[in-house]
Amino acid sequence: METTEKMICITCPKGCTLEVTHDGQTVLKVEGSGCKRGKDYVERELKDPRRMVASTVRVRGGTHPLLPVYTSAPFPKPRIQELLAELRKIEIKAPVKMGEVVLADALGEGIDILASRDMPRMTG
Amino acid sequence: MALKDKYDVVIIGSGPGGLAAAISAKKYGAEDVLIIERDVELGGILLQCIHNGFGVEIFKEDLPGPSYAQRFINEAMLLKVEALLDTMVLDITPQRRIFASSKINGFVDIQARAIVLAMGCRERTRAQVRLPGTRPAGVYTAGTAQRWVNVEGYMPGKRFVILGSGDIGMIMARRLTFEGAKVERVLEVMPYLTGLTRNYVQCLLDYDIPLQLQHTVKRILGHQRVEAIEAVRVNEKWEPIPGTEEIIPCDTLLLSVGLIPENELSKKAGVQLDALTGGPVVDNNFETSVPGIFAAGNVVHVYDLVDWVTEAGLAAGKSAARFALAERRREIRHIPLLAGHNVRYVVPHELDKQTLMEEEVRLQFRVKQPVEEPVWVEVHSENNLITRKSERYVRPGEMVTIVLTPRHYEEVERATSLTVSIVER
Ligand SMILES: Cc1cc2nc3c(=O)[nH]c(=O)nc-3n(C[C@H](O)[C@H](O)[C@H](O)COP(=O)(O)OP(=O)(O)OC[C@H]3O[C@@H](n4cnc5c(N)ncnc54)[C@H](O)[C@@H]3O)c2cc1C
Ligand code: SF4
Repeated sequence: METTEKMICITCPKGCTLEVTHDGQTVLKVEGSGCKRGKDYVERELKDPRRMVASTVRVRGGTHPLLPVYTSAPFPKPRIQELLAELRKIEIKAPVKMGEVVLADALGEGIDILASRDMPRMTG
Repeated sequence: MALKDKYDVVIIGSGPGGLAAAISAKKYGAEDVLIIERDVELGGILLQCIHNGFGVEIFKEDLPGPSYAQRFINEAMLLKVEALLDTMVLDITPQRRIFASSKINGFVDIQARAIVLAMGCRERTRAQVRLPGTRPAGVYTAGTAQRWVNVEGYMPGKRFVILGSGDIGMIMARRLTFEGAKVERVLEVMPYLTGLTRNYVQCLLDYDIPLQLQHTVKRILGHQRVEAIEAVRVNEKWEPIPGTEEIIPCDTLLLSVGLIPENELSKKAGVQLDALTGGPVVDNNFETSVPGIFAAGNVVHVYDLVDWVTEAGLAAGKSAARFALAERRREIRHIPLLAGHNVRYVVPHELDKQTLMEEEVRLQFRVKQPVEEPVWVEVHSENNLITRKSERYVRPGEMVTIVLTPRHYEEVERATSLTVSIVER
């Protein structure tokens, strides 16, 4: 069935409002996009919506109790809550270096969870 | 780290603006570059902005805030930028003297050849938005909550209402949801969103957090702790429309109602401020109205993109290095004229050595004590006698003059100071 709806492209800070006509996952028409990435966004958003996820994990012996982490690539949106639950179980030990893999192949999605910064060991 | 008394460039604040300024000052030839930061680590506000979205312009990558900061911290450390942490700058003089209070070093007094102000901005608080009602616990700025949740690891509440649709507020709405809290509502007094549309989508829409435009908080309810807020619809003049009130139960109200440049120090340094931006008036080199004092980042005006803060920092650092190097050259050329034995003072106070290449320079002074017999008036460098002349007597009431001429240039060129003294014969 053909439907027309408004979607907002989040690929860049411009945030164009797109008028999308689609039949299920088949995109028929996209209007209002500032560039051609708008259509790519719509196609992905209809088939397999993904988001970058940033959160924290617990860290022991570091200068802070939490280590900020993020996904190495956009993560499937429907599984974000599951991923967050997984991250809540993790506790790692300082020191940590930026880019270190905190959780490999999260939920079997082929996406790693990386440390966003160095976390030196607490001194004194 | 052993602190020096004098630095080429001192940067106040270690956010992206300050880090970029330090890196670029080093690259443009400044030797001693020092960052003073009141926090215990470098990086500024970005350390608590753990979400992605940073660095798209500069790195062509979508980085979380801490990663963006870490890249510049690493570069600054490689370039041997010095850092004085856990140190609050209290005062700056127009002559570029800096006074600070430090956990480790105690009271710090440093002279800078050039200064870059990079103190960032702070959030508007409840007092600045005039919220009526009781004053229970549970009302915070979104940035304060951001630091607690993302860095220090504790949740300020369970049920939230957020006032203001700025980016920090929307990003916190998602973050709190991630941590298991319920965000009941985001209220915005304007008829439009004040943050980015993409944040509306990926922070509010994605998690079904309702946004109400043209709404504000009429009243805060609760005694010890926030128990609810009363929301109300407003007209174009921001006046509450009677009959539209709604009580929303919650235990925490977050304010995300704008940022203002942090300029207490700028004022003390005598820097002229712009009433509109709230930051210093700057020229295209980011120099303020006080020569040798530069400013970059959110301290000047609140930027949308951190990449632009970095760009401004790079430009300010370059200008500061240039100024500091010119100042160094001036210091090598200019030497102090000191009052020696029985001399009260000498005018001029300093000598520009290059003048002596072409013209003579008259030094004038007064003695401390009368001497009623012939004396020598002598000018010495550290090791040598440069010139002398005789006077039949000297008295405090009568000014004495001695002249340096181009003949003395060669000796003076090697000196780092000159001393004028009275020598009895
Ligand atoms: C709560 C909050 C959240 C933000 N979130 C985002 C976001 O999500 N995305 C975004 O693009 N931008 C965000 N910003 C804007 C952000 O401030 C800028 O993008 C960027 O960090 C500005 O860099 P800066 O170097 O000017 O200042 P800052 O990063 O704020 O750094 C200023 C530094 O100066 C130090 N300082 C201040 N006064 C003194 C003193 N007297 N002595 C010693 N040190 C001092 C401070 O401790 C701080 O470390 C946020 C701002 C705030 C306040
Ligand atoms: S359509 Fe293009 S310009 Fe518009 S938001 Fe998407 S990426 Fe940006």
